[in-house]
Amino acid sequence: MGLYVVKRVLMAIPVMAIVAVIVFSLLYLVPGDAASIIAGNFASPEDVERIRLQMGLDQSFMVQFYQWVTGMAGGDLGKSIFYDMPVTTLMMQRLGPTLSLAFGTILVAVIIALPAGCISAVYSGRFVDRATMLCSVLGFSMPVFVVGYILIYLFSFKLQWFPIQGYVAVAEGFGLWLRSIALPCMALGLVFSALIARITRATVVEVLAQDFIRTAHAKGLSPVVIMIRHTLRNAAVPIVTVIGVSFVMLIGGVVITESVFNIPGLGRLVVDAITQRDFPIIRAMLLIFSGVYLLINLIIDIIYTLIDPRIQY
Amino acid sequence: MQPPQGGKKEMSGDPSERGTILDIDGLKVSFRSKGRIVHAVNNVSFRLRKGETLCLVGESGCGKSVTALSVMGLLPRPPASFDHGQILFEGRDILSLSEKEMRALRGDRMAMIFQSPATSLNPLLTIGRQITEGLEKHQRLSRREATRSAMDFLAKVRIPDPKRVMNQFPHELSGGMCQRIMIAVALSSRPDLLIADEPTTALDVTIQAQILSILSEMQTESGTALLMITHDLGVVAEIADRVSVMYAGSIVEDAHVESLFTHPAHPYTIGLMRSMPQLHTAGVDGGQSRRRLDEIRGVVPHLSRIPAGCLFAPRCHWAVHRCREEAPPLTRVGEDHRAACWEAKKVQESIYV
Amino acid sequence: MNSVINPSHLKLRIRRLAAFLRVQPLILICSSMIAVFIMVALLSPWFTRDPIMANPLVRLTPPGTEYFFGTDGLGRDVFARTVQGTRVSLVVGFGVTILATLAGVVIGMLTGYFRFVDFWLMRVMDALMAIPGVLMAIALMTLFGASITNVIIAISIPEIPGIARLVRSIVLSLREQAYVKAAECIGTRLHGIMLRHILPNIVAPLIVQASYVFAGAVISEAILSFLGAGTPPEVASWGNMVAEGRLMFLVAPWVIFFPSAFLSAMVFIINILGDALRDTLDPRLAKELG
Repeated sequence: MGLYVVKRVLMAIPVMAIVAVIVFSLLYLVPGDAASIIAGNFASPEDVERIRLQMGLDQSFMVQFYQWVTGMAGGDLGKSIFYDMPVTTLMMQRLGPTLSLAFGTILVAVIIALPAGCISAVYSGRFVDRATMLCSVLGFSMPVFVVGYILIYLFSFKLQWFPIQGYVAVAEGFGLWLRSIALPCMALGLVFSALIARITRATVVEVLAQDFIRTAHAKGLSPVVIMIRHTLRNAAVPIVTVIGVSFVMLIGGVVITESVFNIPGLGRLVVDAITQRDFPIIRAMLLIFSGVYLLINLIIDIIYTLIDPRIQY
Repeated sequence: MQPPQGGKKEMSGDPSERGTILDIDGLKVSFRSKGRIVHAVNNVSFRLRKGETLCLVGESGCGKSVTALSVMGLLPRPPASFDHGQILFEGRDILSLSEKEMRALRGDRMAMIFQSPATSLNPLLTIGRQITEGLEKHQRLSRREATRSAMDFLAKVRIPDPKRVMNQFPHELSGGMCQRIMIAVALSSRPDLLIADEPTTALDVTIQAQILSILSEMQTESGTALLMITHDLGVVAEIADRVSVMYAGSIVEDAHVESLFTHPAHPYTIGLMRSMPQLHTAGVDGGQSRRRLDEIRGVVPHLSRIPAGCLFAPRCHWAVHRCREEAPPLTRVGEDHRAACWEAKKVQESIYV
Repeated sequence: MNSVINPSHLKLRIRRLAAFLRVQPLILICSSMIAVFIMVALLSPWFTRDPIMANPLVRLTPPGTEYFFGTDGLGRDVFARTVQGTRVSLVVGFGVTILATLAGVVIGMLTGYFRFVDFWLMRVMDALMAIPGVLMAIALMTLFGASITNVIIAISIPEIPGIARLVRSIVLSLREQAYVKAAECIGTRLHGIMLRHILPNIVAPLIVQASYVFAGAVISEAILSFLGAGTPPEVASWGNMVAEGRLMFLVAPWVIFFPSAFLSAMVFIINILGDALRDTLDPRLAKELG
């Protein structure tokens, strides 16, 4: 087990190295002078020179890359050009809203998707199943911003249950925080639940057809006990996998949701950085997101061993 | 550890009914899917007494498993539907019971073991948990009492080191061990009826004998009635008191085990016997009487369209004109012996097994 | 793996598809609805107003007989713009599907067949999967500038690893098949084996996958445009329309309602088509994904 984790971490090193190369060379893929690209169309020659020096663009690509990688490895994420602040500080400021949104989304998605997927599987082929799965396909056919605007229109504008936009930190009051985060989590959670419900239904249908489910029925257990103790546990591995793999989609969803609901999170930080051509932020954040993705998938592989005693590394 | 409801044997009033655990009368089961109807069971009747072993014999798809699952109430409705007949379990018609009432019986008064032990156990739960969950539900035992009881049963089915096995998972055990555990699960509630659906088919021949001896030992000890489903006449000879032979959803012959083997009265039964390899005959005469293993020629009719007459007629050497016109009823052909064949007497006389 | 089929089985599958079209009309219905989208997109100049002509006098007119879908904040015809957006989405959808599928098939075949490139190419694929696709696409768009070609390229890149992995897994399982080994043994040249045995086996799962890529691409285009890093703002794409209408959507919801509805409808139809194709062409995948 420990050996497996070490092996997986070692395997992640080449992947992260490639991510680093891709992320770092983004700026160099564009033809032209890197410093003037960063400075944008309206910059004076002095600005361009200042940026060139500040980012070390006067040095060779390899030297720059080496300095960046060693800096990242040492925990120095670089310094924002636009804000003139360390990326680490900016990131910490924006972490709260994004974590609230991400965990809230997964919570909403699982709460909706597991029962929906199970009911659909139990009544597979019947009307309930078809209706649920149609809703599911509709769910992931809508971009998050569409769902977001529908929710804002209904619950914030018509019913006035929630603020229309904005984010309130937990420190300013739990209730206020919850109200500000509820709709964004619902919007993104609905889209995600569509995905998870689909895979839940598929796996549960498969598990329900297995012999040991018949054994459980032969023991006279109630359908709820059979669903929770026997079926869901066996369906858990594919469901957890989907949740892990869709982390990349979650990041994408978070970016858009933060934009729709005007939440000052990491997604907005990166999008703003991209439009401001603030390369230190872009590079650092893309690398961190990729690292988190690999980490989450490693954690999920470890969770497998807790769920299924047959899986051993 | 007595079952909570006492005196269940004395419940039925009619003296001739005394001791009857299971009485199936004229059962017809069909399956509907995509506008097609398959008549899986047509007119099955038999009776099982306390402590008795009845073997239901026939080839795959003849409706024996459907019959067993009907008794357990494990057929999903739809697609299954019970068109005719009744299943009396200890005098109660279980087809009219609610799902909740059936759940109270299943795993308590009646239990079942299945063909493939490895897949019939939940791979993610410990062996111990899979035995205790039933005990906790039906006998309302505490976790600790249930664990102790489960360990007793593991010892009874000759599991070495029950304490260790309690914490193991199915994939760590052999098929034979798993089937013993299935028996322990089934018998732990001391049921009145145990249904075993081909319990030895998926196992090695050497393990088969062990499982059969454990089954009959446990049965003698607890007085449980056993409904054994098999296609293996060797198993029948080993364990059965009575035998019902099924073909294409109907019972074609029904007899005491000795009578069946000595005076088979249905051509299908004879076909089954002939298609069974017999080691001893070949060995004793030094291979002289070694004969070709006979197969039953032809195929089973498709059960979505039942033709007129005897269903076995197209495959039968003895078939006469009448067989293709009129289906033969199950009639008495000897002491405790019935067969559904117009030519039964002739068949019986012409055969030396 | 049951998805592995003989070339001759492909004909059988296609015949089954034909039979399915007759029995199960879902594929036919969805295909004809997509055909309607295509027709509308092609013929739009003949039955709509100029989608970029602004008429401030009629700005924010609600939907009615004059302007079916109303007008936006600059007085442009929402109906004309929505129909115009259909063009953009279809072009991006088809472009991404073709580009990502081609690249994915080539990479998948390479990794599946030439073991020495497998490790590093797959690590590159892993890396592409690990980088959040939306952010990567926005970054590419900002650097290379807004144009439809760049949108297609930016959306295609994150889609490639999925297709490459699919193709690779099929190739790997095929390599173990007796008939491919046999062909190798009797000296059939490598590319001969690939074309004759492997391509036919990839087609069915690839068609299914391509339909999902198409649906995803339409959504991605809208998202990029919505975030201001997609189709050039002067082109009426659905994402651009929502992005422009978002500030006044509480007073003029129709400005974002119609493009959103068209967008969701198109993606929904393609997803349903993908499911139907999967159920017919690829029973194994159907079982896995429900």
